[in-house]
Amino acid sequence: MMTLFYAAAIVAILATTLALTRTNVVHGLLYLIVSLLAVAMIFFLIGAPLVAALEVIIYAGAIMVLFVFAVMLLVIGRDSTAEERLRLTGRVWVGPLVLTGLLVAELLYVVLGYGPAAPLAGVEIDAQRVGLDLFGRYALAVEMASMLLLAGAVGAYHLGRRLPSVRLADRRPERDG
Amino acid sequence: MAEIPVTHGLAVAGVLFALGVLGVLVRRNLIFMLMSIEVMLNAAGLAFVLAGARWAQPDGQVMFLFVLAMAAAEVAVGLTLVIQFFRRAGTLDADAASTMRG
Repeated sequence: MMTLFYAAAIVAILATTLALTRTNVVHGLLYLIVSLLAVAMIFFLIGAPLVAALEVIIYAGAIMVLFVFAVMLLVIGRDSTAEERLRLTGRVWVGPLVLTGLLVAELLYVVLGYGPAAPLAGVEIDAQRVGLDLFGRYALAVEMASMLLLAGAVGAYHLGRRLPSVRLADRRPERDG
Repeated sequence: MAEIPVTHGLAVAGVLFALGVLGVLVRRNLIFMLMSIEVMLNAAGLAFVLAGARWAQPDGQVMFLFVLAMAAAEVAVGLTLVIQFFRRAGTLDADAASTMRG
């Protein structure tokens, strides 16, 4: 059963290495998503199902989609159809597909009942225990996290507005009086 | 005993964190630098959850949730800054931001 953990760990490290060495941003994002899914697999194996689900939903889902949106905003000036066609060539998918296939195989192996009977870290800490702690002892920290998220949203809105267009490249060198 | 030695899990977290540091130091593309920071945060979260599992306490997972909230806020602001930078400089190269106004 240890093999499952080591396979997920190797997938995570490989995918992260590939993600940070790509030249194309979207290829990097694909590998990064695979890496996050592998880490979610590790969470699941060591008996942290709530965190594993949140890793998939929030990290691989929401945060990575934010990255994709930003990349789309950045290339809007170029010929986007040609750009899109360039990105979606067949070879791009092979690497992430192989790594994700490994993860899917692991998941099927576990779901079909061949997996470990007990979590690999000994004891499973389920959503109930986490929730009781989160909204009990850590209630103040939860409030602070909500304030942080609000500040993040307001800050992003404020910084994202269109400023009067000043381009660094066009600016004439100014002399001090 | 089908338990993972906690050191192996921490080693994975350490390798992921090191990859993130390397990414920030080596890459000059702002989006990739942000992605490297995400990798580092994720590795730190992995270490938290592993430690929580080691002591059979939920605190590690609670900390991971806070790391998650922080990462979301950080990415929102960071990506906005990157977009704003791209509008001004016309490039994503971090070295293009080496000149100040004054």
